[in-house]
Amino acid sequence: MVQLYHRYGALLATLLIAATAIWVLMMVVLPYLVMAEYSFHPNLPMTQQGGPNDVYTLSNYASLFSGIDLLNGELPDDFRVFLRTIWGSTLVTFISLVVCYPVAWHLAKAAKPEQVGLLILLLIIPFWINEILRTFAWYIILAYNGPLNSALLGMGLLDKPYRWLSGSGGVLIGMTYAFILFMMFPLINAIETLDISQVEAARDLGAPEWQIHRRIVIPHAKPGIAVGSIMVFVLAASSYIVPAVLGSPGTRWFTETIYIWFFEGQDWPRGSAYAFILLGLCVVFILSVMRIFRVGLTDIAK
Amino acid sequence: MSRDVSLDRVTMRFASYVAVNNVSLDIKAGEFFSFLGPSGCGKTTILRMISGFMNPTEGRILIGGEDMKGNGPNKRPTALIFQNLALFPMMSVADNIAFGLEMRGVDKSVRRRRAEELLELVALPDAADKRIDELSGGMKQRVAIARALAVEPQVMLLDEPLSALDLKLRQHMRAELRAIQRRTGLTFIYITHDQGEALTMSDRVGVMSRGQLEQVGPPSEIYNEPATAFVAGFVGENNVFTGRITEVAGGQAVVETGDGRLIGRNPRGIRVGTQVVMLVRPERLKPLAVAGPTPENPNVLSRSVDHVDFEGAFANVHLKQPDGAKPLSMHISNDGSLTDLVGDRVFTVGFAPQDALVLAANGA
Repeated sequence: MVQLYHRYGALLATLLIAATAIWVLMMVVLPYLVMAEYSFHPNLPMTQQGGPNDVYTLSNYASLFSGIDLLNGELPDDFRVFLRTIWGSTLVTFISLVVCYPVAWHLAKAAKPEQVGLLILLLIIPFWINEILRTFAWYIILAYNGPLNSALLGMGLLDKPYRWLSGSGGVLIGMTYAFILFMMFPLINAIETLDISQVEAARDLGAPEWQIHRRIVIPHAKPGIAVGSIMVFVLAASSYIVPAVLGSPGTRWFTETIYIWFFEGQDWPRGSAYAFILLGLCVVFILSVMRIFRVGLTDIAK
Repeated sequence: MSRDVSLDRVTMRFASYVAVNNVSLDIKAGEFFSFLGPSGCGKTTILRMISGFMNPTEGRILIGGEDMKGNGPNKRPTALIFQNLALFPMMSVADNIAFGLEMRGVDKSVRRRRAEELLELVALPDAADKRIDELSGGMKQRVAIARALAVEPQVMLLDEPLSALDLKLRQHMRAELRAIQRRTGLTFIYITHDQGEALTMSDRVGVMSRGQLEQVGPPSEIYNEPATAFVAGFVGENNVFTGRITEVAGGQAVVETGDGRLIGRNPRGIRVGTQVVMLVRPERLKPLAVAGPTPENPNVLSRSVDHVDFEGAFANVHLKQPDGAKPLSMHISNDGSLTDLVGDRVFTVGFAPQDALVLAANGA
């Protein structure tokens, strides 16, 4: 700050700081504050807003959980969607990790240096295309009479076409594809820093391949796994396009529920409350991953 | 139990580059053998082929008489100590040492006991539960040795493990390594570019250059009887006189050099007319009382002092060469007579014919 004043003089420095402050407050902080304010008010017609019924309440937050009857196994729809979002995002994170780990290992340690550049380029190129277009491409691939089913039928792996888009399969595939690079690059970076002589030492001491990964590579790659998992989970949980395009009514995502309350239910307070619940979910996930992997913020920053 | 290691016409090619060229060698069981050579001479490649990380393009590697072809590093009775030690930072000292045993399915309590025994052996008791980053360089060294010993190898392979240590610690660890080798009776194969390490620790040294073994022998033989000009130049210092042999008789050769007619040993029986180098160690060059050559002292030179490097135990007197070539070096031990050496004066120096070695010139 002092440096800024020294370099640009009082007037310009003040202007710069003011502009930044206004930007952050108006564009970033204020909308959240407005939404937070909404989420603690009942949904009232315009005429009653600010009137005697307009009190602070937690009912918007509570409404997600009201009607849960564990004895009879009955769950309200919104809560069911919430659980599905948690479970689905966890699954997408796990699948991404399983798919990325061998590829990341290959790119970081096994492949010849002159191949790595090309392979990474091949990974990135599809992501130059807009996310919506990529998701629609998957819609075509997974369609009942689409290329995936034809290929599987042709190879004799299926005897009748499979409805990929009516269950959760399409959503899981689409999301894994959409966010996989966010797992890939942290993993590659983490594995790259492993000293290859540690792998050789383990091998020399008699470790089979899977033990080398279990005892040496994976423990070393933990910060990368943590960062990748956090990224993929948060993006999956807050994804809207993929479930909207590849999902079916039976596989609604929590983001869609929020959208419905905002724009179809015209209940902004409840939509706001749900959005904060989703934010809370992501924060809880991040903190648990950091705890499970025993990594701190500084490890993740690496 | 230790095993012998044999290299049978081993060659290693990388594309067009030959890293190791037709090396044959028998290393005896229980021997401390060093490969000595400059970087890029192929010594590390040999070690990696013995440990199983590489397979020779031609030839065989036998351990205890058994061809190791197709056996990976985990299937060989060898343990490698890496140049950077490659300790596992996410494991405790005890877990590092017991890693090999863990991979063999040894019980946890047995592993722990074995790790403690080995820590005792390498003089690091009480370190079992420390983290690797809490250890000093010397301690890490000992942990690496203990970890390699834990898998009860028959051959220990060491890839310049002392290079990261400071001088004092390095000298201490030399003695320590030698002691551990004697105590365990294992075959040690040691890679180094440091002649001091190779000469002090080894039973035998193999000097390598450009993928080939130049000479194999005990340290004293390597130093006193170098087989080639390369070995003489790489191990220890030399005064070099180049010239042509004019006469050969009785195991000696007369060489006509830029410094005159000099006589030296000719153990290789090099013929008259050959371009040769005559090598004289600085400690064999001596100040003389006489002024000119005599039958007993045929090699006499008069040179003025360029400068004197005082090294403590001895002084390294540099003598100017007439044509401005590299000054001669003469080591004079610090026995109290050093003071009158200093100053701009002319010395008469010489060396006995048995102290000068005649070898074919490099590349000839």
